[in-house]
Amino acid sequence: MSAARQQILDALRRSLRRDVLPEADRVALEARLAAPKPGLIPARSRSDGRARVAQFLKMAEEAAATVTHLPSLRDVPGAVTDYLARENLPAALRLAPDPRLQSLPWAGRPLLSISTGRSDGSDPVSLTPAFAGIAETGTLVLLSGAETPTTLNFLPDTHIVLLEAGDIVGAYENVWPLLRARFGAAAMPRTVNLITGPSRSADIEQTLQMGAHGPRRLHILLVDEQEATR
Amino acid sequence: MQTATSHRFKENARTALDDPALQKALGNFQENFIDRRARAAARLPEFDALRDAARDIKDHVLENLDFYLERFEAKVVEAGGQVHWCTDADAARSAVLEICRAAGARTVTKGKSMIGEEIALNEHLAAHGIEPVETDLGEYIIQLRHEPPSHLIAPAIHVNKDQIADAFRAAHADLDPARPLGEAPALLAEARARLRSRFLAADVGITGANFLIAETGSTVIVTNEGNGDLTQTLPRVHIVLASLEKVVPTLEDASTILRVLARSATGQEFSVYTTFSTGPRRPNDLDGPEQFHVILLDNGRSRMLGTEFQDMLRCIRCGACLNHCPVYQAVGGHAYGWVYPGPMGAVLTPSLLGVGEAGHLPNASTFCGRCESVCPMRIPLPKMMRHWREREFERHLAPAAARHGLRLWAFLARRPALYRFAAAIAAGLLGAFGRRRGRFRSLPLAGGWTAHRDLPAPEGRTFQQLWAKRRRVS
Repeated sequence: MSAARQQILDALRRSLRRDVLPEADRVALEARLAAPKPGLIPARSRSDGRARVAQFLKMAEEAAATVTHLPSLRDVPGAVTDYLARENLPAALRLAPDPRLQSLPWAGRPLLSISTGRSDGSDPVSLTPAFAGIAETGTLVLLSGAETPTTLNFLPDTHIVLLEAGDIVGAYENVWPLLRARFGAAAMPRTVNLITGPSRSADIEQTLQMGAHGPRRLHILLVDEQEATR
Repeated sequence: MQTATSHRFKENARTALDDPALQKALGNFQENFIDRRARAAARLPEFDALRDAARDIKDHVLENLDFYLERFEAKVVEAGGQVHWCTDADAARSAVLEICRAAGARTVTKGKSMIGEEIALNEHLAAHGIEPVETDLGEYIIQLRHEPPSHLIAPAIHVNKDQIADAFRAAHADLDPARPLGEAPALLAEARARLRSRFLAADVGITGANFLIAETGSTVIVTNEGNGDLTQTLPRVHIVLASLEKVVPTLEDASTILRVLARSATGQEFSVYTTFSTGPRRPNDLDGPEQFHVILLDNGRSRMLGTEFQDMLRCIRCGACLNHCPVYQAVGGHAYGWVYPGPMGAVLTPSLLGVGEAGHLPNASTFCGRCESVCPMRIPLPKMMRHWREREFERHLAPAAARHGLRLWAFLARRPALYRFAAAIAAGLLGAFGRRRGRFRSLPLAGGWTAHRDLPAPEGRTFQQLWAKRRRVS
């Protein structure tokens, strides 16, 4: 290991007036890392069921995301077409190569031009699946992977995200165990994006403007199977 | 390191006070920062308890910093990345340059990073033929203007729209002179279009880090524009610049601190983009960098540990102490003469540059205590500024007049009878002379005060006399 590394570690220990941590202390810290405990979770993030979905909606819309409710995954192609028409956006969609998105009935929308893959910056609109939603702040959780390239989350002007109501959790701390369950303890995909509303900047005279470098619009398709049967 | 003019704080402040454009730009703190933060804090009943929890997490980390850094490094390596330990700015600059050269880089995009400013990275890269492009809108503006940031999270807060338009016209050679750039949306559109091609063409992307996660070896950035994500996703190489104290144990610990960060910084419930990066792209990934490097910078921080300035290492660079500081609001960030302005800069800069260069900054405080009262990490900023003042005094760095004045005051303060006697004479004299107008336009030995405002005249009695009288009456 490098000399600088040793020099820095020595300097830290000198300042802390100790040598390498005693074994017992090290074991205690290892245990803290091996079984991460949530800290204080705000009361608003401890809701469940309908209240949790309602909390997510309220916060997402406050962050300037727009939301369409859908009773079924089969309704996604129609909802995308309608949204693009309503917003006067080109009927061209870049899809994440995610099996759930690929299996939707796109054939019923012949006027929608569909392509699949990462973005090179030329796609006006993307559709990607969310791993989870966080009710506390209306935040989407998107993961990088072979089926979910990160460029789709940032390069297109309009980012549409598919979120199933059952994937909405209360707090950030509810997401981490799901990640550990999927990727293994202390392992992560290359990128985990927590996204709350569309891109913005207030760097010019402290005036808030939408669409700085990322998407100008963030639209959430919330598929809520229970909504249909309610 | 970035060149400093902190020793000239007084002259810098005077220039700032006489700059009408700057004074206008500094006029909106109440509405845009102070009120927003207050509303966001009031909306979360657990906010103050979260501040306590955030403080405790960082205190725990600092006591075990060696352990958590070693763990962080091991996890970065496990994920396929590299950690470069750098004792000082010079080493960090060299490490970045070496990575860029090995990648054959010609242009480098950069997300916002205070460490990048601290080590003066842009100058170093440019001097070696690599073009650095700042991508945060505010950072881009000040890069074009060849000046340092004046605020931790709003780097171009001192610049107005006309100045931005001028900078764009000067730098964007093919920009149609007839195209109007008078309004903010036109300026944003111009910057967005320009930077889009730079994002796509860059060979290396450099970001800062709000947190390093020991549990997973992840680095975390928090932005609103999305520039940091484009910076770190598109190029072949991602370099993260971070100082040692950014590490936290787990994702859960980061979550707690994230809850107080955005609310304190911009009054948002949560920033738009909070991104966790772990290693380079995976074998089947369709995008993302092929290399992942973390520059871990000490640059004086290990020396702060275990001293009366250790608490400063809890700082998460939210800028709340700047926004609430009457001195910062009056003079802006450039007057502080280095990378870190406001109360946090007044404590950190002397720690990193030495009391000789920056010993004057802790004097630029009224000790009103607002910085500490809003600090999400509960850093006792005024107390630490007092420590620096003591050191400045001990090392005979304060001006002779201040030292003699303090000595005289200390002599009197230790002799209560004499103090009461002298104070009664002074109050009586000032009261008698000032009775007619109620204030003084000028006064011997008080020119620094009366040059800018009148000194109110005392009523003729000292506080102690009035207090004694009150007690006799009751």
